[in-house]
Amino acid sequence: MSQIEEIQLPGVGVRFDFVTEDGQRVGVVHHRGGRREVFICPPEDPDTAQVTMELSDDDAHTLAEVLGVSPVIEAMSQVQQVEGLAMDWLPIHPNSPYAGKTIGDGRIRTRTGVSVVAVIRDTSHFPAPGPEFAFESGDVVVVVGTTDGIEAVKSILADG
Amino acid sequence: MSPSATLLLELGGIIFALAVLARFAERLGISPIPLYLLGGLAFGDGGIFPLITSQDFVDTGAQLGVVLLLFMLGLEYTGDELVKALRTGARAGVVDLIANFTPGYLIGLLIGFGAAGSLFLGGVTYISSSGVVAKLLSDLGWTGNRETPIVLSILVFEDLAMAVILPILGALALGGSLAGTAGSVVAALTLVALTISVAARHGHRLSRAAFSGSDEVNLLTVLGVTLIVAGVAEQIHISAAVGAFLVGIGVSGEAAHRVRVLLAPLRDLFAGVFFVFFGLSIDPGTFPDVAGWAIALALLTGATKAATGWWAVSRANVSARGRRRAAATLIARGEFSIVIAGLGLTAGVGRELGPIAAAYVLIMATSGPIFARLAGRRPAA
Repeated sequence: MSQIEEIQLPGVGVRFDFVTEDGQRVGVVHHRGGRREVFICPPEDPDTAQVTMELSDDDAHTLAEVLGVSPVIEAMSQVQQVEGLAMDWLPIHPNSPYAGKTIGDGRIRTRTGVSVVAVIRDTSHFPAPGPEFAFESGDVVVVVGTTDGIEAVKSILADG
Repeated sequence: MSPSATLLLELGGIIFALAVLARFAERLGISPIPLYLLGGLAFGDGGIFPLITSQDFVDTGAQLGVVLLLFMLGLEYTGDELVKALRTGARAGVVDLIANFTPGYLIGLLIGFGAAGSLFLGGVTYISSSGVVAKLLSDLGWTGNRETPIVLSILVFEDLAMAVILPILGALALGGSLAGTAGSVVAALTLVALTISVAARHGHRLSRAAFSGSDEVNLLTVLGVTLIVAGVAEQIHISAAVGAFLVGIGVSGEAAHRVRVLLAPLRDLFAGVFFVFFGLSIDPGTFPDVAGWAIALALLTGATKAATGWWAVSRANVSARGRRRAAATLIARGEFSIVIAGLGLTAGVGRELGPIAAAYVLIMATSGPIFARLAGRRPAA
């Protein structure tokens, strides 16, 4: 992946720049109100943002979806900023006792305080699955909780 | 006509005139501030449409306008951003201060404002209009440009510098003995440092605790607290402007964003009234006497500001076009120059300060955006 440069724009928001493989500088300005602006700089003048496009919160999610980025991941990265809260992606191995069982069966939240916030299966994702959701071998379970709690979930998913 | 009818008619007239001027400014793509000032001239003594009964309201509205302008300036940047700017942008910020404060100060001495009074003219020429610059950056689609973070960091530093300059000017304006003035300056600066450090560390938590109600509750809370702090600051000779500025710095995070949306319309209204008020206090007949000084100041500090922008950006290896843009963007002076001049008038600095500052801002707020647009043009190829 290209190097992303994060630049603070005091009074405006945050800007993320990167240079494409073709040498064009491309970036997104996150305005403080949630509005985003996408810009592209022509290769012969990398300092000048030329094409700019305004996106609302919704538009940004639509564009991300079209580009193939899961909005779940983005929501996750916001969660990560809360102090003391950790997030992890835990795979369900074929020999895990939970392949084929539901979230409720494992009583994960009751035992560890950790929440399952999403399950990623191949290219699709299931945000906020309920207790009746059944894991399959090969799923990736996105969990949020304390570091200790997540360690406990890891061993529960592996050994029951 | 009954007095209350006259009052309503006059207020309606002023506000409607502001609306017409703002629309006109939008059409031209310039800042409305110079037009508001001209509007004030028209309403004043010897103007086209002198006011009779609404003078009191305009006086009070103007005070509210200053308080709200400074509160929103404090709100603009978080304590964290201010601390970061101090670390990374200090060099460009200090060059900016020296290069743009000095010409105003020296010309102040030449005009005969004296050693203390000239500080006000230095302040007028120093501070760029963050309102005009921010609007230019967004209108021209320049937020993605390479030079923009550097331009913004200069503005943040000016904001910080205001936190130091305003208490000094405020203490001078409110007068008192030399020892008393020095005392209030020290007290104000201590308060500023304290607020910034507390806001950088605990601002989010404080703001979250204070702003949890509906928009209505939040608006009234913020406005009430700001006015009380401003009043207390004025009473203890720190100046209302500084008090409001400190409250603005103290509010941060999500709360700051909501407050900004809530108070922006109020700020626009009362800041407009303040510019009219400032225009009112000027006798149009004095303009010819000060035109020479204002033009000299404009040429000199337009050049020093442009040079500052050019130099600051070239340190980051930005192309010549980007340097031209940075130089032109920073030229605009506006609302805060008028605020400082207003303090100067309270301080009883020479009568020429008002018309000079007004003429100066007329030139800078109009020409700044024009230069920026020219600088942004694609070079003829």
